[in-house]
Amino acid sequence: MSKSIDQVFVNAKQWLLSWLAGSPTWLIQVASILINIFMLLAVFLTLFALISVLERKILARMQNRYGPNRVGPFGLFQPIADGIKMLIKEDIVPERADKIVHFLAPVLLAAVAILTLGVIPYGRNMASFTIDGGILFFFAVGSATELAVFMAGWASNNKFSMLGAMRAIAQMFSYELPLIITVLPVVMVVGSLMPDRIVAAQAEYTFGVVPRWFVFTPWGAAAFILFFVSGLVESNRTPFDVPEGESEIVAGHMTEYSGFKYATFFMAEYLGMFAVSGLAATLFLGGWHAPARVLEIVPSYIWFFLKLSVLLFVYIWLRGTLPRTRIDQMMNIAWKFMLPMAFTCVIAAAVWHYAGRGLRGWLWSLFVIAIVYSALSIVLDIRRKFAPRVYRFAE
Amino acid sequence: MSSAAFVIIAIFTLAAALAAATLRKLMHAALSFAAALVGLAAFFFLLGAEFVGLALVFIYIGAVAVLIVFTILLTRRDVGEDRGFNWAGVIIALAVFCGLTWSILATQSISIVAPHIRALTVKRIGEALMTGYVWPLQCVGVLLTAALIGALILVMEEKR
Repeated sequence: MSKSIDQVFVNAKQWLLSWLAGSPTWLIQVASILINIFMLLAVFLTLFALISVLERKILARMQNRYGPNRVGPFGLFQPIADGIKMLIKEDIVPERADKIVHFLAPVLLAAVAILTLGVIPYGRNMASFTIDGGILFFFAVGSATELAVFMAGWASNNKFSMLGAMRAIAQMFSYELPLIITVLPVVMVVGSLMPDRIVAAQAEYTFGVVPRWFVFTPWGAAAFILFFVSGLVESNRTPFDVPEGESEIVAGHMTEYSGFKYATFFMAEYLGMFAVSGLAATLFLGGWHAPARVLEIVPSYIWFFLKLSVLLFVYIWLRGTLPRTRIDQMMNIAWKFMLPMAFTCVIAAAVWHYAGRGLRGWLWSLFVIAIVYSALSIVLDIRRKFAPRVYRFAE
Repeated sequence: MSSAAFVIIAIFTLAAALAAATLRKLMHAALSFAAALVGLAAFFFLLGAEFVGLALVFIYIGAVAVLIVFTILLTRRDVGEDRGFNWAGVIIALAVFCGLTWSILATQSISIVAPHIRALTVKRIGEALMTGYVWPLQCVGVLLTAALIGALILVMEEKR
């Protein structure tokens, strides 16, 4: 029973495809691909609508106000109203803007975000497409984000846009390094770049109780935190939303966008957030696996989306809690702290592996991480400069 | 299906490459170049060499295209303006194209049936890199580390 509920979507797809039985193979392939694309878009655009209203609700709760509550029950139909508003708004393209590139930038950004969502397994046998180097695909395609942001900034022909794009690219490049290097230990331990294998490697339970998710090992916990923070930066979320700091540079690379193009940027940001959170859940939180053996009767996709929701809630929570960082502070922590810690995670994972993956390995890798963490903190603390900030280029 | 995909990707790649060579604005040309590289990566995917295709996207779209775009932005004043037509470049490009075509057509081995090759999985590449090619890999690693440190030293704040 629980198995058939678990596989209900897979079976539904098979049933749909059975209508095409007898037709040429390429038609069935195309139909299968189209169903996958449709499901991906349907699920994540619905989630986007839901999260956009939930975010406003949660932020309002944190700031002691009501938030949207006029449209529908509890303001739940707010995204529909927002969508209609965005669609009928005037689409202003600046006179001096590069029209084609100006149009292509949000499209490319959204396309990249949707493509990266495709490799994540949402449940047992549920991934939009499976390729050998899925994790590599995620980062390879994700690296086109920088080009899209640059296109937006350059094509707008506006100083604020260009400056915002520069900031965005600088921070994305800096944080891509810790983001990718924190994935390495997982890939090393599993020995595969396939998200399915990585999820499968986290299936069993230690002592029959604690699930073997990588977040429960010292290197996994450290890598998870680093990955999460880097993901926060990659998706331009508070406290790292320096590229669109409205008090400094209007809206960064999105300054000259209005109407539905602006909404597309917004959507791409949220989809990117889902992708990074989904990958974090896949890599460190056991993907679609249940946290206990008894709970395995609950379908796998529910577990995945539960984990995704928890991570998204943390994103919103941080946005409601933390002020925006300064760009130089952000760069400092990326290069001086996060990058060395990311390398330490790789070493700690190797130590864990060679010490037998048991309790001994657990303690040894904890030791390695603790040593490097405290040494790094002490060194950075000693070398901290209290002198007033000097502007090199504005003297 | 794969031949249809081949034709579509080929048209896309050629169109992007042609745009990169002929577009009047330098920045458009650079972006078209990136698009052409996407087409090349798609070819590798079609041939079953996923890793090579992904590496191409990773390095050329994620890094080299951004580098080119920044170089154009930071070094030239006429970023948004039209550029002239370079006849010498056309002649060189045609010469290279003809030379390559001639050498490919003149080669005998093109008519020989290629032996059956196992699928190039990421695992096989990893094994090859970690067994037979450890030395070159490590040398490249040292070189890249040196380049990284060099870049850091270049941008370091001068002590006063």
